[in-house]
Amino acid sequence: MNIELRNGRVIDPAAGADRGANVYIAEGRIAAIGAAPAGFRADRVIDATGLVVSPGLVDLSARLREPGLEYKATLESETQAAVAGGVTSLVCPPDTDPPLDEPGLVEMLKHRARSLHRSRVFPLGALTQGLHGERLTEMAELHDAGCIAFSQADAAFTDLQVLMRALEYAATFGYAVWLRPQDATLSRGGVAHDGEVATRLGLPVIPVCAETVALSTMLILARETGARLHLCRISTAEAVELVRQAKRSGLAVSCDVAIHHVHLTEMDIGFFDSNCNLVPPLRGLRDRDALRAGLADGTIDAICSDHTPVDEDSKQLPFAEAEPGATGLELLLPLTLKWAREAGDALPMALARITTAPVRILGMELTGLAPGQSADLCVFDPQAWWRVEPSALYSQGKNTPLMGMELQGRVRYTLVDGAIVFETNSR
Amino acid sequence: MAFNPQIGTDGKLKHLLTIEGLPMEVLLHVLDTAKSFMSVTAQEVKKVPLLRGKAIFNLFFEPSTRTRTTFEIAAKRLSADVVNLNIATSSQTKGETLLDTVANLTAMHADMFIVRHSQSGAAHLIARHVGPGIHVINAGDGRHAHPTQALLDMFTIRHYKGGFNRLRVAIVGDILHSRVARSEIHALTTLGVPEVRVIGPRTLLPRQVEKLGVQVYHDMAVGLEDVDVIIMLRLQQERMSGALLPSAGEFFKSYGLTPEKLARARADAIVMHPGPMNRGIEIDSAVADGRQSVILPQVTFGIAVRMAVMSILAGN
Repeated sequence: MNIELRNGRVIDPAAGADRGANVYIAEGRIAAIGAAPAGFRADRVIDATGLVVSPGLVDLSARLREPGLEYKATLESETQAAVAGGVTSLVCPPDTDPPLDEPGLVEMLKHRARSLHRSRVFPLGALTQGLHGERLTEMAELHDAGCIAFSQADAAFTDLQVLMRALEYAATFGYAVWLRPQDATLSRGGVAHDGEVATRLGLPVIPVCAETVALSTMLILARETGARLHLCRISTAEAVELVRQAKRSGLAVSCDVAIHHVHLTEMDIGFFDSNCNLVPPLRGLRDRDALRAGLADGTIDAICSDHTPVDEDSKQLPFAEAEPGATGLELLLPLTLKWAREAGDALPMALARITTAPVRILGMELTGLAPGQSADLCVFDPQAWWRVEPSALYSQGKNTPLMGMELQGRVRYTLVDGAIVFETNSR
Repeated sequence: MAFNPQIGTDGKLKHLLTIEGLPMEVLLHVLDTAKSFMSVTAQEVKKVPLLRGKAIFNLFFEPSTRTRTTFEIAAKRLSADVVNLNIATSSQTKGETLLDTVANLTAMHADMFIVRHSQSGAAHLIARHVGPGIHVINAGDGRHAHPTQALLDMFTIRHYKGGFNRLRVAIVGDILHSRVARSEIHALTTLGVPEVRVIGPRTLLPRQVEKLGVQVYHDMAVGLEDVDVIIMLRLQQERMSGALLPSAGEFFKSYGLTPEKLARARADAIVMHPGPMNRGIEIDSAVADGRQSVILPQVTFGIAVRMAVMSILAGN
């Protein structure tokens, strides 16, 4: 289908471009921006007046809960949520049931996702079998099946020799390893940041050093092995500084932050709101400020949603017993816009954190606004207000600390490979 | 989340979940009401009909004999009907959910739930889900709060010391794991006690505890100097296996209340303990049974204070 997006504000973070222009799409690709290509005849014209035309969002972490955890969510519901949130490509962690440690599982997942014709799904392969941290997975086989990198998700890594060897093996083939820095024993039993709020509420704690000790270890091992390391879900001010120093010293490392940690702190737990039970935990005000500073100076490369649908029963429990996680695919865009507004950042810079930066981390040509590229686009109304309510979310995960809040920024159209996979006029 | 879940839209106390956030007037109202009930407990027929026809459910997810018994006595003195439910919780067996249990009991026309649970925040969760007109009293949730214990301790202090605004109070022991300590700190600071001290080893003190308005001491002899009230906390045996302490013996050496350490406090200082006591671990028998100890009166006061809390809530 030939599509013309007329009169939108076209933002291309890669080129730093931000201008009013028409976008012409043909054969799944961007044919031209500005003037129509010769002989172009649109099958559909979309009036993008007042809307932003941006590359589709690339979410570095979204749990789709398949295989195995379908009572929490399914590929159908979550990829629907993804495109409703303007996310055209997403990375899913390997902590499914069973974990993604077999090529067959990965192939099936990719096949299922492809057949839904919504977002592109890029699975992370398990770094160790069963995520147990003992035996290596067949990384080459998993890579061929479609895994873009390898990860331990939130599973603990107690044997550093295994971790080092896993990094070394991955480095052999140039595979990236994505790790969330949290020491298993230092964080044992903890659910909340070791600060004033946990003291008041009497919650078991995860000290800052649980993140920094693990982070330091990972940086040293990455340096030793030459493995390409991506650090997931940084949460503390001290960790940001460690990454800053590592980058300054020339280490090729990247890191991301979850969007909720850009906005919320331990204070938001309030009267034990289990929707604020997140991994890593919501930290203090100075940590949040440091995360924002890290985004501003590029120490933190990308923002992800860390989308984790949790069924209501698993949240309606005393805080420490509740299952951690928050729904996020449909909130990534408005919350990123909110951060941009608060930080006084220009829209292209903010959008880069959820488009071009994730693409760079993935090392793929995924999304962009240059002629010839695949037409993966997000067309959104940056001014539109909407209320976060269960009925407003396509995801089966209604678990968000922001329920009832009014947010600004609503996706109107999402295109993948030049096809409109989501559109809405209201909601 | 700026509202206080304990206080209804009419400004009256709806639940008693934690001392934190309650204004001084509410705390004093409980103490004054408890005082009026003291005469009831001294009578021959120890009953008043205030809660006649009301069904009070003791929902204890964590075993307890003392607290449950005092609540039961208090409820019966108010002529209420009391039902005791001891729900064994096992992390392995996922039986009925917490909220399902509450919903079922509500369907049996419960008017008031008294809840004790091993997890912080359990009472808040239940309070969020009970129907209108049903009151929840937190009888202890994890490490978070034990408001009725704090109230009876304040009653005890007022009984022996007359008031709050010229006192030095020391809380000694495992503050980190203690819901009693947290509630007492809030009560003492709200009631205007000028100096609240916590005394313990670093491993048993929560991070940034000074933010609660207390002064931290690690040396008990120094911390007890010129103190008017000493509250000793119970030390649980698990603390030794969690690498928080080496032994009960060493704890007693540094933080146990002996006659020698007690002598550092004022001569008329009172010694309190929420119970049950571990003699020889946090407190020496000579002190526990000595003339400065008010540990047994605390228990008596506890009945009047719990009667006060229940009657105030039921009246609101």
